[in-house]
Amino acid sequence: MADVTTTEQAAPAADAHGHEEHAHGDHGHHDLGFWQTYVFSVDHKVIGIQYAVTGLLFLLFGFVLMMLMRWQIAYPGEPIPLIGEWLGDERAPGGIMLPEFYNQLGAMHGTIMVFLGVVPLAVGGFGNFVLPLQIGAPDMAFPKLNMASYWSFFVGGVVMFASFFVPGGAANSGWTSYAPLSVFATTGQTMWLVGMIFLITSSLLGSVNFIVTTIQLRAPGLSFMRLPFFVWAQLVTAFLLLLAFPPLEAAGVMQLMDRVAGTSFFLPSGLVYADAPWEATGGGSVLLWQHLFWFLAHPEVYVLILPALGIVGEIIANNTRKPVWGYRVLVYSVVFLGFMSFVVWAHHMFLTGMGTTMSSFFQTTTMIISIPSVVILSALFITLYGGSIRFTVPMLFALAFLPMFGIGGLTGLPLGLSAPDIHLHDTYYVIGHFHYVVAPGTLMALFGGIYYWFPKATGRKMNDFLGRVHFWGSFISINVVFMPMLIQGLAGMNRRMYDGGEQYLMNADVLWLNEVISIAAWVLGLFQLPFIYNFFRSIKHGEKVDGNPWQATTIEWQAPSPPPHGNFSAPPVAHRGPYEYSVPGAARDFLMQGEPDTAAEPAKV
Amino acid sequence: MDIPYIVEERADTGLNNVKLGIWLFLASEVMLFGALFSSYVLLRLMAVEWPFGVDVLNVPLGTFNTAVLIGSSVTMVMAYASLKMDDFGRFRMWLAATIGLSLLFMVVKGFEYNHEFDIGNFPWTSTYLAIYFTMTGLHALHIIGGVVVNTYLLFPGSKMWTTNKAQFTNRVEAAGLYWHFVDLVWIFLFPVLYLL
Ligand code: HEM
Ligand SMILES: [Cu+2]
Repeated sequence: MADVTTTEQAAPAADAHGHEEHAHGDHGHHDLGFWQTYVFSVDHKVIGIQYAVTGLLFLLFGFVLMMLMRWQIAYPGEPIPLIGEWLGDERAPGGIMLPEFYNQLGAMHGTIMVFLGVVPLAVGGFGNFVLPLQIGAPDMAFPKLNMASYWSFFVGGVVMFASFFVPGGAANSGWTSYAPLSVFATTGQTMWLVGMIFLITSSLLGSVNFIVTTIQLRAPGLSFMRLPFFVWAQLVTAFLLLLAFPPLEAAGVMQLMDRVAGTSFFLPSGLVYADAPWEATGGGSVLLWQHLFWFLAHPEVYVLILPALGIVGEIIANNTRKPVWGYRVLVYSVVFLGFMSFVVWAHHMFLTGMGTTMSSFFQTTTMIISIPSVVILSALFITLYGGSIRFTVPMLFALAFLPMFGIGGLTGLPLGLSAPDIHLHDTYYVIGHFHYVVAPGTLMALFGGIYYWFPKATGRKMNDFLGRVHFWGSFISINVVFMPMLIQGLAGMNRRMYDGGEQYLMNADVLWLNEVISIAAWVLGLFQLPFIYNFFRSIKHGEKVDGNPWQATTIEWQAPSPPPHGNFSAPPVAHRGPYEYSVPGAARDFLMQGEPDTAAEPAKV
Repeated sequence: MDIPYIVEERADTGLNNVKLGIWLFLASEVMLFGALFSSYVLLRLMAVEWPFGVDVLNVPLGTFNTAVLIGSSVTMVMAYASLKMDDFGRFRMWLAATIGLSLLFMVVKGFEYNHEFDIGNFPWTSTYLAIYFTMTGLHALHIIGGVVVNTYLLFPGSKMWTTNKAQFTNRVEAAGLYWHFVDLVWIFLFPVLYLL
């Protein structure tokens, strides 16, 4: 299904491709045929679009899973309307959701959103499409590896998707797959592990490619301190993926051994399962799994957020018509953040009894890592000050990102200190906190990025009015979804509750919010329809634009839209930093990175 | 525009793409095996009892295999050096020797595994054996990967020698770096699992 959409999506690119090639003909036009142009392509732009579209489809799928969960939370035990009967007796007999199915939905919503939705879109999609263009490169350093990376991701996605249809259904031990629960779980968990191994392979190949591309293929003159902030964000992200994922791969292999070869890496001695002693040697450690998992999964949250910060940086500079404030500070902060993200992981484990010494260490590092995050956010805020802001659709999303990410970050501080975390751990407060980071935060930024770079990919703009409808509808409803979750959590309501917390008397006061949240979540779903329509319609019927519709400075806007195979007709050269907006005395209010100095130098009076 | 620095080095980084790529890949491999070694330490520290490798495994065979792998690293260097000296015939000989030694390693490993199974030592027998089979198994997969790459470079891939000598030499160098890494992992695995 992804292939078909990808194909439609890339079609306009093809026409221009042929045209451009003939126009300057620097290397002979090669007719690759349908399969190699659109499906097994090695062109970073096509692969980027494949990643983005597949990622968007998975986001939609993960969203649908969540909408089902929200029904059960708001109206526990009532039959699901419309589609309830189709779900089958093993999931929802008579349309009433089984607890097992709720657990599958929860685990797979998390897994799909993180590993198959946001990362592929933010890193695979935006990284692949924008990064080589922004550094003036003809393609990624290893195009075939790039293709292998996409297809490995695709297989991983198929495996995850297929796991819903094996006996016992999909993985149901949470996206964290904590042992020993996950070791006892049904076949779906094995599929989850196998799927993860494909996804990890994909991100390994991808991250090597990104780093080599950034370091080696920068255009002449594009020194590291002239790289757009987006490129820095992607570079640090790639390092996180490169170094943090392998330990999860090791852990995944060990869990697989526990499940299929009867080992006890994560199984302590003396376990009883279904009223019988569990036949295994025991002697393993459940904490080992948690350490290995969070060693990946904490850096992973920076993988979810850094590309978004990069996108927002670009959009804000472009729409305030000002250089981003404190470029160097931004760069140093993002690099420092990358380093620190490897030493904070156990703040997810304060309640496991790992000991106070460990807790103190991880509290300290967590407080330290919040500093660069605040610096980055502040720098972006300060950039707004004194700018002549253009309220374009991408800018609306970027502006919304700032406070949303701010709320997400600030609500995280209490979780990073072990004392308040005793109360807040595993409640809806946590759900509210991290969703503020990844949904109203990252998702907003990603949507902004789509509106911003869509003209580069297709040569056409997305419709402005529909974009505004999409923005305001989403912005308001998404806050109605997540703000009440913080309140419920503070009241002590646990997460992962099949009945939405009804069974506990202490939740009585905040239970009514469940319905509010669910309705807001479905409304949020409705407000994605204008986006979907707009996206597909604009490919063919959007307003035609030239190569640089936003009057932007960075190098990707120097290429034709859509860029031909090989990207640039002449190799670009960078003459200055990335954000030369409103340079005093210049003829226009922006100087492109690739414009030679003569044209750019302010006229001498 | 073609992709630059596939063969020649970029002046300000002093690297070509393949070399940087393979080093990054190895960095991630270090994290993979690093996680397994850390798990080993943790599991062993908290274990009630843990056998000495010497009492369970066949140390002479393990020692022999260590020598075989180190030998294969030497032949790999010779293969690369032969290419540098423009001697394609010798390159083929040394690379074939590398592959031969890798296969010998696998055969010996197979005998060891077989023997363990015969005397009733399986992954599920004890946590020590679990980590032994997992780590050596993963290492063996890396050996197989190396054999596949080297065989490719020996037969179909070597056509590139006639079209682009420099690039082919680069590839062999990258394969060599990978091979030394696989060797190095074994040099850690052997004492940790067999001797301690
Ligand atoms: C935009 C709309 C979204 C809504 C309304 C939403 C809603 C929810 C809800 C209600 C839960 C809690 C279920 C429970 O505890 O029983 C949940 C869990 C989760 N969500 Fe979302 N979500 C959204 C987007 C995302 C995104 C974009 C991501 C990741 C990038 C994400 C990642 C997760 C994760 C990791 C969990 C935890 C799963 C687990 O408990 O194992 N969600 N989501
Ligand atoms: Cu964390």
